Amino acid sequence: MIKVTIDGVETEVEPGTTILNAARQIGGDLVPPAMCYYSKLKGSGGKCRTCLVKVAAGSAKDPRPMPKLVASCSTPVQDGMVVQNITSPEVLEARKGVVEFLLINHPLDCPICDQAGECHLQDLAFEHGSAKTRYEEERRTFDKIDIGSKIQLHMTRCILCYRCVFTANQITNERVHGILNRGDAAEIGTYIENVIENDFSGNVIDVCPVGALTDKTFRFKSRVWFVKPMYAHRNCDKCCGKTTVWMKGDEVFRVTGRKDQYGEVEDFICNDCRFEKKLASDWTVEGPAPIQRNSVQAQNKYLQGIKVDAPKNIGYGNISDR
Amino acid sequence: MARKLLLENINVPGIKSFDVYRAKGGYRSVEKALKTMSPDDVMEEVKKSGLRGRGGAGFPTGMKWSFLDRKSDKPRYLVCNADESEPGTFKDRFLMEYIPHLLIEGLIVSSYSLGSNTTYIYIRGEYRWIVDILEHAIAEAKHNGFLGKNILGSGYDLEIYVQPGGGAYICGEETALIESLEGKRGNPRMKPPFPAISGLYNCPTVVNNVETLATVVPIINMGGDEYAKIGVGRSTGTKLISACGHMNKPGVYEIELGLPVDEFLNSDEYCGGIRTGHTLKAVVPGGSSVPILPAELFYKTKEGVARLMSYESLSEGGFASGSMLGSGGFIAMDETTCIVRNLWNFTRFYHHESCGQCSPCREGTGWMEKVLHRLEHGHGSMSDIDLLVDIAKKIEGNTICPLGDAAAWPVASHIRHFREEFEYHVKFPEKVAHSPFAHSADYKRELNTVLQ
Repeated sequence: MIKVTIDGVETEVEPGTTILNAARQIGGDLVPPAMCYYSKLKGSGGKCRTCLVKVAAGSAKDPRPMPKLVASCSTPVQDGMVVQNITSPEVLEARKGVVEFLLINHPLDCPICDQAGECHLQDLAFEHGSAKTRYEEERRTFDKIDIGSKIQLHMTRCILCYRCVFTANQITNERVHGILNRGDAAEIGTYIENVIENDFSGNVIDVCPVGALTDKTFRFKSRVWFVKPMYAHRNCDKCCGKTTVWMKGDEVFRVTGRKDQYGEVEDFICNDCRFEKKLASDWTVEGPAPIQRNSVQAQNKYLQGIKVDAPKNIGYGNISDR
Repeated sequence: MARKLLLENINVPGIKSFDVYRAKGGYRSVEKALKTMSPDDVMEEVKKSGLRGRGGAGFPTGMKWSFLDRKSDKPRYLVCNADESEPGTFKDRFLMEYIPHLLIEGLIVSSYSLGSNTTYIYIRGEYRWIVDILEHAIAEAKHNGFLGKNILGSGYDLEIYVQPGGGAYICGEETALIESLEGKRGNPRMKPPFPAISGLYNCPTVVNNVETLATVVPIINMGGDEYAKIGVGRSTGTKLISACGHMNKPGVYEIELGLPVDEFLNSDEYCGGIRTGHTLKAVVPGGSSVPILPAELFYKTKEGVARLMSYESLSEGGFASGSMLGSGGFIAMDETTCIVRNLWNFTRFYHHESCGQCSPCREGTGWMEKVLHRLEHGHGSMSDIDLLVDIAKKIEGNTICPLGDAAAWPVASHIRHFREEFEYHVKFPEKVAHSPFAHSADYKRELNTVLQ
């Protein structure tokens, strides 16, 4: 085990752990935000630059600081490393800059975006952005592209985190989409207007940190804070069958993978579970899924009419919050 | 006349062919290395020579070679970076086009030292005709027993392949080059792991510039110690400089490092001075990505020390009053140059060439270009100038690869040294809107009139 100090808090981690994962072991405010890193996807991270941190001391053996800010999601810790995250004004300034860059072409259409309420960029902008923009130029927009009956690609909102490409590469049998063009002309697209339709393709919706890829079977049916996430399961021969079903009364509005506190799914689920099983009778509901108390999703939650087949000590929010 | 090591035989008729090149002493370093030296001896000579990478970064070559993972049981690769795409830099093209066997010879010796049996020349796609020249040279070398199996009976095997790139500036960055060579999109990789540990096909790899590898030839021929005597300080040996812009004799020159900049720009042996009837306004000494130097800081540093053509001297004073030798793309500009337009051109290039992987570079370069477009065409405001500085600051150092820095440094330095010219564009929009070049000579006079 090796020791690393992040914002004055010391922790011990396995060799090879990245700074971000070391911070996640500590938890709380000193965990850097991450828009492109996804622990379940090999090779992801390092691109959005929101997780930049300052390495004030490289290691106990070589305590020289690193000359530049480093991406915490791709930099492994060294024994005796000292990292500054929210305690470094340089990091906060750089992060503010990154948020500004990300919001150049990402429209602030949260009121009409299906991702509102569970959008990582929304949270990031709230914590690290500024209220005004200095960008006066024309923003890029895209015509909507039809990529199949289940997934809506709204390229205008894409921040090019590459997560969906990694997902399609690593989870599905065949990838039909990727990055076209380069620079700020880069876009997610399918090869000659192909459709994305393999058994696990729906997972690109779960990994998308913004509202670029959304679920066509749920779009505009409800706001996320009006439906209630419930852990549920079913026997599935394709995936683990453990999901979160989003319900209003007895009605299942959508199905997603179960996500942890960093918004990452625990297990990828198949398209049958996600898109086809929309009846309460399809699922064994375990109980309410945990919700961060400060999340907008914590609003408007109610239990009426829902049959809960779960231990009685499960309630709303984090257990520690109750 | 200054000493020439790389271009010594450049004017020999037929030097492109194996026979003439061999008759002029070519491939001696291969014989010497393979018959009398161990791979480690070769590396030791390169270390002793103090050779620094000629691609732009100036990292010590011997040290870079020593990082190669020699314990790995995977194959090792040497990749020659011939993806010369920096605006203002055209020295590698000259070397490959006119004396291709020098590069092949350097590649054989370097590959031998690194234990590479397969070596690639990753060449800029636009240099299509040079691909043919190199392939012909490789075939000649192979035919004469300097490539292939059991070279000169030493038991060492080597094959060299030429791979043209798809034409993206970013593919000159070593990890993007490796990605491209593997047949993937040319996006830079995260480091670590470094290519010396896990590079091409996840095998230990060294990527070196054309000029660097060609320079290994004279180093082995004359010995590292002897080579290190040429030059000044830690800038040893000779360097190819591609000079262009408002000068009387643009071209590719081989200089001994440490040559005074005054002599390089103004003597008849080299650039022959700024074009007749004009005065020097600014110089970009190392390719478009390095900071610009106004005439007053080009000849002398802020402390009054005369500048030399060397890594240290050109960077004297840091980025506040210095620049970099970079790749040796020397661009001189006289007083007719519009600095704002020049910067807009540079920034347009970096915007176009950004790979789009990381947000600061992808979004920032485009933003800077748009603001500069406004300024250049008379639609800018004073706050735009500070905005540009701030965007550049937010990009610099925060990107995956150095392209972000390459885009940010010119912006910061152009504004630092020529801010009043940017202000002129704001104050006299009608003058700049339709005549991008005519106004630049009298901007100071006009500005002073207004200020008075």
